[in-house]
Amino acid sequence: MADSSTPQVQRQTLSQRLFLFLGSMDLAITLLLTLAIASIIGTVLQQNQPYTDYVIKFGPFWFELFESAGLYDVYSSLWFLAILTLLVISTSVCVIRHTPSMLRDMWNLRTHVQEKSLQALKHNERWTVASQAEQTANALQVEFAKQGFRVKQTIKPEGILVSAMRGGMNRMGYILTHSAIVVICLGGLLDSNLPLKWAEWRGTIKIETRDIAVSEIPEASKLPVGRQAFRGSINIPEGRSSSIAFVAMRDGYLVQSLPFRIEVKDFRIEHYATGQPKSFETDLVIHDTDLAEPLATTISVNHPLIYKGYAIYQASFSDGGSKLEIEAWPFAAAQATLVETKVFENTQFHWGKQQFQLEMTAFRPFNINPDPTEEDPARLRNFGPTMGFKLRSETGEALEYLNYMLPVQREGRDFFLSGVRSSPADEFGYLYIPVDSQGEITGFNQFLMRVRDKALVAEIAQQMMAETLAAINSDEQNLQQSLQSTLVKLIAMFEQGGFASVTEFIETSLPEVERASLGPAYLAMLREMLARIYFSDLSDNEMVADEQLLFLQDAVDAMGSLPRYGSPVYLMLTDYEQVEASGLQVAHAPGKPVVYLGCAFLITGVFLLFYLPQRRFWALAKTQQQGSTVILAGMSNRNSRDFEPFFEQISNRLKQLDGNSH
Amino acid sequence: MTTKIGTLNLIEDRPLIQWLWRGAMALAALALLVIYADVFDVYEISIVIFTAVTMALLGQNWAGFRHHSITVTILSLLAIQRYGADLSLADSDFLLSYILASQSAFMWMSALFVLATVTYFIGLILRSDFTQQVGTGLTWSAATMGMVGLMVRWKESYLIGVDVGHIPVSNLYEVFILFAVMTSIIYLFYERRYQVRSLGGFVLLVISAAVVFQLWYAFERNAHEIQPLVPALQSYWMKIHVPANFVGYGTFAMAAMIGVAYLLVSWRQQVKADSRLVQSMPSLAIMDELMYKAIALGFAFFTVATILGALWAAEAWGGYWSWDPKETWALIVWLNYAAWLHMRMTKGWGGRPMAWWAVIGLFVTLFAFLGVNMFLSGLHSYGTL
Ligand code: HEM
Repeated sequence: MADSSTPQVQRQTLSQRLFLFLGSMDLAITLLLTLAIASIIGTVLQQNQPYTDYVIKFGPFWFELFESAGLYDVYSSLWFLAILTLLVISTSVCVIRHTPSMLRDMWNLRTHVQEKSLQALKHNERWTVASQAEQTANALQVEFAKQGFRVKQTIKPEGILVSAMRGGMNRMGYILTHSAIVVICLGGLLDSNLPLKWAEWRGTIKIETRDIAVSEIPEASKLPVGRQAFRGSINIPEGRSSSIAFVAMRDGYLVQSLPFRIEVKDFRIEHYATGQPKSFETDLVIHDTDLAEPLATTISVNHPLIYKGYAIYQASFSDGGSKLEIEAWPFAAAQATLVETKVFENTQFHWGKQQFQLEMTAFRPFNINPDPTEEDPARLRNFGPTMGFKLRSETGEALEYLNYMLPVQREGRDFFLSGVRSSPADEFGYLYIPVDSQGEITGFNQFLMRVRDKALVAEIAQQMMAETLAAINSDEQNLQQSLQSTLVKLIAMFEQGGFASVTEFIETSLPEVERASLGPAYLAMLREMLARIYFSDLSDNEMVADEQLLFLQDAVDAMGSLPRYGSPVYLMLTDYEQVEASGLQVAHAPGKPVVYLGCAFLITGVFLLFYLPQRRFWALAKTQQQGSTVILAGMSNRNSRDFEPFFEQISNRLKQLDGNSH
Repeated sequence: MTTKIGTLNLIEDRPLIQWLWRGAMALAALALLVIYADVFDVYEISIVIFTAVTMALLGQNWAGFRHHSITVTILSLLAIQRYGADLSLADSDFLLSYILASQSAFMWMSALFVLATVTYFIGLILRSDFTQQVGTGLTWSAATMGMVGLMVRWKESYLIGVDVGHIPVSNLYEVFILFAVMTSIIYLFYERRYQVRSLGGFVLLVISAAVVFQLWYAFERNAHEIQPLVPALQSYWMKIHVPANFVGYGTFAMAAMIGVAYLLVSWRQQVKADSRLVQSMPSLAIMDELMYKAIALGFAFFTVATILGALWAAEAWGGYWSWDPKETWALIVWLNYAAWLHMRMTKGWGGRPMAWWAVIGLFVTLFAFLGVNMFLSGLHSYGTL
């Protein structure tokens, strides 16, 4: 096998040495393994995420270090491309160096071998036949040709040599496999974002990182229609159209113009009976002055539209600005205000002294989730529509909410469900507000109003104090005072800080010795107060139903969570009109045919290399006094074990010729 | 020793049998194409023809494969006929619930594979030819039950709902079974061709491991339930991409286990040249060659599979290469074996270092196959743990 590590005797020039080094096997193997190891990085570190996520994950120091090493987009970083380039060069050199000898080997029947070298081959045999050497050689030649060999006769001093070869294309396998690597990489280069990086480096384009309207994006961030490769994406709401796509680059994007306009008529999701999505489809219309009439078609996942060399794929979907009708219920108020808004719209609000900005971020008509209350947690259930929004205070801080339109059931009772979190990295924490007997939030609000009613609380505290002291037969003034104020204070603390505040109060204000006995007593008093407040509007001898007790318990739980909820208002979705947006990916890949050609080379080449062994035979027919002697030898460049029976088979066939030629 | 270890078996079957077999394959393909004429598209027609040709070639000189295929066909048809249109028969019909329903067939497969592994090793320890032959028989039966299970599962998915029906190569559970069946059949091919029964236990060890994992996966995660296909997987590419990949995974796993056997034998040989193990195992030279053959076969199929994957990605994700973790790991596996092949073919390395490398290759492959799904997120959506 041609191996470059054989010592070269002559002096070599530097360029010769470089050439040899680049085409050396050691370099090739090193590069293959280096590339493999380098590729691992990008699979361990998620690529092309928003840069803020990386900052959160690694902290500022590592973030910058990783950024300068190009680790957020490893596969187009300079050092990675350098390894690839080196591999391409090395393989090219290798092909250039070996191709001439491979081609020769493919055709050459090696007619200059000598008897001695034939006998030195592992597989050889000798027999005699009655016919003359010429006749024998002719018969051998015919038989070899019948077996699919290329054959040639040469007259030698010692006899007639018949050289035969099969599987010469094995050598072509080498050329194809290795040129395939070069071809694929070059094709890939055509489709890479390298030209964009180059243009950015020269300063002719500028990556846009702001989230602004397309009309405000500067020209330097726009790419004209051209032959260049790109992979962009665009969300188009139903009924709207677009003739641009956004190309993501590092921590920003560029705007690529398209030579046509894509209109989205309709986006559909179909579901299986089990609720999992079955298909995502978009009805598209392509508007192009080159078209006699607009081209209407439907695309879906796995079925893109290819138009003018641009491929349009169904990639995702999102909301396209659904219209929402919302009732805003301030907590502890009897009236709601009606709000009409759209997804992705911002609205200003006042609640009391506070000013808020309501930012609608999402709407989903279905939420098919595992039902945690079912016995089988894997069971899926449709929880109905949800809306996602942010409430931004004047200071600019925002909490994110997710509200369900329909009440959800838990332990047989209905709740209004709302999730809240302060950062997308957190899980939602949920607030469960019990639905009252009228199916509304009013019951809860009225109870809350009474809890916040200072006069009412004071009156009930007084009542409770009196009853308690009567029960223990005490009329001490001090005790009266302190008990009543404690009761009022407990309610105030609970209302402002939930159970957490009350527990904290117990832990900080009570001496340690009394904590164990008094702590639970305080909590019991708080619960008793809340129950008295809740039932304060009942007439004395009214029966209390179980549902009311359960409602009380749920309402107290919800009230305890309210301080953490962070919003003074509950937004209840009452009606909606859904508008969807189809997420399309538009790709232009002029290098694709080149890459596919390379792939075809690679497959053909690999199979030729492995499964078409090159087999050579030589038969030397020597004239004897009586007839002639045949010396047969053979070799294969692969799978020598498989060659053994093959050699036997061929030699048996050849020996039989003798019989016929008598 | 009575077996000739490592002699090449190139006996050809009688021409009559060969022609009967080829004819049967042609007829089967034709029948499928006629029956499904109005549902098959051009890709499915090519897949059927390609499968028929492959099976004709494999079976023409390989009686074991012929028997396997015929048994699979008969049992699968029997199961389908039993089912009719009622999936609930899986629990009530005796034949289905104990043998032929896919879940039962997989249980049989699992038990038989483990049994075969044990039998092979007992045969090796006792140096009993007969026991090892039983091992081969058990492996064939396991492969047959696995294949029947896959076929029946295919049918069952259609019984759940016409729109749910799909070929069972769509999630981790299903491909584990595919892996076990493929690897065992590839091994059986080499076993017959090179008369190397004593390697059986080693190769089946990795299959048994897969089977145990798959059982855990089914019991622990309910992974055996038939799920409808997510839109991204609804493509004819899946039908060829996945099996081609598993020829690769299977042969790489086999090469690694031969590597283990190689290392063990070469170690024993150094300690005690005439030890029992050394005598009952194939020669180092043969194991070395088999390792090469397996990796070459795997490399060829893995190349095809990766390219098919790229063609599919071009259609589903909008680009033939996205450096998705699964893709990238396929490339890593591929580069690793490319380096292995160069080392062996052009630098002439052999023996223990290459055996070690083949064993390490299994771990790289395993990560590409399982690790990526467990630890990395990406576009490949066919299964998580
Ligand atoms: C990604 C890059 C490469 C791939 C995928 C690749 C693939 C292959 C394959 C599959 C074989 C056949 C091995 C066998 O028969 O078992 C082979 C052989 C060979 N490769 Fe590469 N190769 C690559 C790069 C290179 C480079 C850079 C060189 C230059 C030093 C090289 C030199 C050779 C040589 C000399 C042979 C032996 C050909 C023969 O005589 O059969 N390869 N290669």
